[in-house]
Amino acid sequence: MNKNHVTAAEAFLSNKEGAQWHNETLWGTRVKRDNLAKGIPEWEELRELASKIKMHSITHLDHYLLQFAEAAEKNGATVHWAKDDTEHNDIVLEILRKNNAEKVVKSKSMLTEECHLDDFLIENGIDVIESDLGERILQLLKQPPSHIVMPAIHLKRQIIGELFEEKLNTEKGNSDPTYLTGCMRENLRKEFLSAKVAMTGANFGVAETGDIVVCTNEGNADMGTSQADIHIVSMGIEKVIPNRESLGVFTRLLARSATGQPITSYTSHYCKPRKGGELHIILVDNGRSDILGNKDHLQTLKCIRCGACMNTCPVYRRSGGYSYSYFIPGPIGINLGMLNAPQVYYTNLPACTLCFSCNNVCPVKIDLGNQIYKWRQGLDAIGKANPAKKVLSGGMSFLFNHPGLFHSALKMAPIVNKIPRSLKYNKFNEWGIGRELPEFAPESFTSWWKKNVKR
Amino acid sequence: MDKSLKIGLFIPCYVNAVYPEVGIATYKLLKYFGLNIDYPMNQTCCGQPMANAGFEDKGLATIKKFGEIFKDYDYVVGPSASCVAFVKENHPQILAAHGHACQTEGKIYDVCEFLHDIVKPDNLPGEFPHKVSVHNSCHGVRELNLSSASELNIPMYSKIKDLLSLKKGIEIEEPERVDECCGFGGMFAVEEEAVSCAMGRDKLQNHMNTGAEYITGADSSCLMHMQGIARRDKLPVKFIHAVEILASGL
Repeated sequence: MNKNHVTAAEAFLSNKEGAQWHNETLWGTRVKRDNLAKGIPEWEELRELASKIKMHSITHLDHYLLQFAEAAEKNGATVHWAKDDTEHNDIVLEILRKNNAEKVVKSKSMLTEECHLDDFLIENGIDVIESDLGERILQLLKQPPSHIVMPAIHLKRQIIGELFEEKLNTEKGNSDPTYLTGCMRENLRKEFLSAKVAMTGANFGVAETGDIVVCTNEGNADMGTSQADIHIVSMGIEKVIPNRESLGVFTRLLARSATGQPITSYTSHYCKPRKGGELHIILVDNGRSDILGNKDHLQTLKCIRCGACMNTCPVYRRSGGYSYSYFIPGPIGINLGMLNAPQVYYTNLPACTLCFSCNNVCPVKIDLGNQIYKWRQGLDAIGKANPAKKVLSGGMSFLFNHPGLFHSALKMAPIVNKIPRSLKYNKFNEWGIGRELPEFAPESFTSWWKKNVKR
Repeated sequence: MDKSLKIGLFIPCYVNAVYPEVGIATYKLLKYFGLNIDYPMNQTCCGQPMANAGFEDKGLATIKKFGEIFKDYDYVVGPSASCVAFVKENHPQILAAHGHACQTEGKIYDVCEFLHDIVKPDNLPGEFPHKVSVHNSCHGVRELNLSSASELNIPMYSKIKDLLSLKKGIEIEEPERVDECCGFGGMFAVEEEAVSCAMGRDKLQNHMNTGAEYITGADSSCLMHMQGIARRDKLPVKFIHAVEILASGL
């Protein structure tokens, strides 16, 4: 067995109360999403439209990226092109060094997570301050995000209270969320005020106008960029969309799908540098253009990183973000991990019952479950098939291709019911750890048919 | 429907061995409507267990055989939404990849779907004076559209509830989280044993919270998984395939 996701999930579930809380909290987000989706009569048409716009955009990247870069530069931005994470990180460091900046204030960005930017900058002597509350908590704990939209969803407030006592000198035993948020707000204020450089990700890049659009709830992106002279944007090349009309389709879908809000508190358009400042936009490929040539998995490039597939995934909710080995968990993460390094991330593939709920919540209609099914078909070819499953599948194949044998087996099967319990329930019987085995019927359907119908 | 049309009965492997009563109920029900039914004896399996585990190639011969066995029937009808969905959704592309045409995709139906969409009964004899909780199975809901998926903003419907409500005395409930997966998932059930059982226990609890005496649905595989847990935990709830309810008293 591939014990990676499997054993991590087991460990997660061994804390029954915590696991139940995780499941219920994320299910609550799914319910909020459902309620809002059902309040919009044209919801399913919107999803279809969003899917088509994204498919069009990612298959016309040559056009839209150039159009975007040209428009952004006309607005006064500097556009950089990074073929991979190393180039991306080097560009960021160079901008910081050129401006003698020793610190950068960041808002939430999964792309910088993908590029391991924080570690790289810290190694190079730069002070990195995450300013999204969840991300800041994780930075202080030295933990990665466990969810792409709610990065610290795995933590209860008591743990955060204790962390803040230690790091921020807050009142002992006080884990009131409003109090703790206020303390962090005050603590971050001085970081905002003293930073020369602010970084953000990008939810969308509008090709026609060169706008960078960032959607946040805490206003931290705007706090950073409004004060710092220099704004660096990390943007995946798949984030480009044709125009502001199409943007409207996505802003209607994004927050509703992600957190069950009609819209994020802030939807900021960054069009040009502030007076006397600089706006740098780094367009990052890092494997994305390879996906363009992969017809089975091309659709992953449509993803707008809303996290709805995680919230609905019955396995994610019961195993937590850290049970997956790729930095993006859940259905989209299983797929993106396989695209990144199948030899490393294949251990996430068992984490799916093929229930297809993810397909139905995805605002851009990515066929997430179908793709997981396809990846499983390719495991044997890369030498990563689960040996037990392979033997079992081979055995079944033999049985099912020999109807005579199959019918003899049907006749013999009830004998299994009589095998002593101690022999049937052992460590090799995974089914029997938490369940009783089904009993074979004394007479199969085939025997019944022969006796009662077929004359 | 035209009663001379030939129906090939598809009895999935595990139904044949573990739940023959579900096959028998399917036969009796179709017979009651005066339909022309045959059971081709050389059938075995649809190939889904191997394919979902990642071994379509090991399922290929079985899948080809399935098409051969059922190619001359006008309809193929089976009491298992998941197996039927696999034939309908996956056989065509698996066969196409090996240069074969699928001979069954347009004519295979889950028995509940077949009754609801093709036979269209407006009454059924017999009564079932019990409270049941309907298990909306993933492949039944999201592949065969037996009911409106809870994620989608589409008009609500349920073919299984429509059919069950033809039975006198029945009380029909649905659990909270109306179509969340029960955690069976074929080999998922043994590979991800811990998550599978956690999902199964949650699902059972939601069903039992309705106060139902029986859990019913179109997929015996989900019912088998939940039944395994219920027996281990000594829970009083009973399990019955929807077609057994529909055929009760025939």
